[in-house]
Amino acid sequence: MSNPILRTECLSLVYGKGTPFEKHAVKDVSIEINRGEVIGVIGHTGSGKSTLMQMLNGLIKPTSGKVYLDGVDIHADKKKLRDVRFRVGLVFQYPENQLFEETVRQDISFGPRNMGLPDESIEKRVKRAAVFAGLKDELLDRSPFDLSGGEKRRAAIAGVIAMDPEILILDEPTAGLDPMGRDVLLSQIDAYHKSRNNTVLLVSHSMEDIAGIADRVLVMNHGDCVMLDTTQNVFSRSEELESIGLRVPQITKITTELRRRGVPLSEGILTVDKAFEEICAILKKEGRL
Amino acid sequence: MDFIKAEHLFFYYEQEDEQQNNAVNVLRDVSLSVRKGEFLAIIGHNGSGKSTLSKHMNAILLPTGGRILVEDIDTQDEDRIYDVRRKVGLVLQNPDNQLVASIVEEDVAFGPENLGVEPEEIRRRVDNALKAVDMYEYRLHAPHKLSGGQKQRIAIAGILAMEPDCIVLDEPTAMLDPKGREEVISAVTKLNREQGITVVLITHNMDETVNCDRVVVMDKGRILTEGTPREVFSQVQLIRSHQLDVPQATELCAKLAACGLELSQLPLDTQECIDVLSEVLL
Repeated sequence: MSNPILRTECLSLVYGKGTPFEKHAVKDVSIEINRGEVIGVIGHTGSGKSTLMQMLNGLIKPTSGKVYLDGVDIHADKKKLRDVRFRVGLVFQYPENQLFEETVRQDISFGPRNMGLPDESIEKRVKRAAVFAGLKDELLDRSPFDLSGGEKRRAAIAGVIAMDPEILILDEPTAGLDPMGRDVLLSQIDAYHKSRNNTVLLVSHSMEDIAGIADRVLVMNHGDCVMLDTTQNVFSRSEELESIGLRVPQITKITTELRRRGVPLSEGILTVDKAFEEICAILKKEGRL
Repeated sequence: MDFIKAEHLFFYYEQEDEQQNNAVNVLRDVSLSVRKGEFLAIIGHNGSGKSTLSKHMNAILLPTGGRILVEDIDTQDEDRIYDVRRKVGLVLQNPDNQLVASIVEEDVAFGPENLGVEPEEIRRRVDNALKAVDMYEYRLHAPHKLSGGQKQRIAIAGILAMEPDCIVLDEPTAMLDPKGREEVISAVTKLNREQGITVVLITHNMDETVNCDRVVVMDKGRILTEGTPREVFSQVQLIRSHQLDVPQATELCAKLAACGLELSQLPLDTQECIDVLSEVLL
């Protein structure tokens, strides 16, 4: 595992350096992200999550430190930076505000067209991206501004997926969606990840979302990376998370307390289904179910 | 006593299509009363009509059919529209769209200034409003440097300074982190409990509704069901089939109950769930 797809070395970003308003948005972050992982990124508002994500595809240049993509410093050769952005796809917060083309199809094909792909292959990619994002075929020739909020979000995500990035970064993709919209979008991201075996970084304020999808969780606090560990291990540290304004999923909190009281449950249960399974097993063993 | 009363409310707008004009029905025959001093939550998926309903409560939108009364004032009575807005204040989703001044206390004073309130009285109201949401110590700060939860509480203080009888909050926590959400919900709960202000909370987040008096579930512009949080969330199947969530604590126990496990009650929050499950597992 010594060949991480993405590695940062003492990455820092300082706003207003040398002025009275100097602020460290990101401080000395050194992390390694392996090929094919799904990383959940959590942290309070202003913790530096979004800034860190934007440095990973070279959109923001760090004040100091390095980002290595596949072992190569992304800022080493300015001409290659464009390439980096094709390989590391970033979906911003509220991406529906960035739709601009006349039709959804044109909007989605903007990325692959800039990559200089032939028309045929662009068309193929647009179709595939639309399927992954859950956009119906008939919507492709509509104006993106006639779509509903949820559909716009899907169209914007499809635009990034169409570039088929090795690393897909999504900054709060489910913010403002209702529970159903959120579940569908997350399962589509998961399906996309599984079929392409790419690397995904998902920023979210919803611990339940992260618990359901992430292999490892990165925790940011005031610009520092304070944890990067398996999802179970991170959510086992509920007191530390709460002290920095975060929470563990409700189901994890419930099962952790039951376990403390002596119920033989495993540590760091992350989903309702898993908790249900274990409690049923206990009750069946005692012949009560 | 009914503070807000919606009677057979309809709302639709015309959508211009290339071929024809289609009317989109957002509210279809909604009748609902909000009692004075009540803490009411309205939940529903995107497009269920819950925001549209909330915007009728202070005459931002006017009904296309039926009527809505705020303390017996019809919101369609143009002469009294400002009376309605003085009684019912509206807080929106994005705090950044609601703050107008560069200093917190000036922002909170904006509402009463526009109402022509005397300067001394404004001072008193601003101080009280900021204390009510625990933001008094930030009165001289710049709003844009505060956290999301703090900004949203400033927006609430701005409404409070106009001394409304009722506050309607349209997804006030949707853009906040977990701590910010808790700050806003606890500030709103305190206003309801301690000052008797009527609260209508519109939200996607079911965990926020467990302490309110009554939950109304909207679907396709109609009221699907209503009742106390316990009555509503015990209908797990109905809620989930309408694209909504119940709290994880409730979901787990409902699943166990469906397998035949007897529980003393269906829990709504973390502590109740721990207690109920401790009874059967220990």
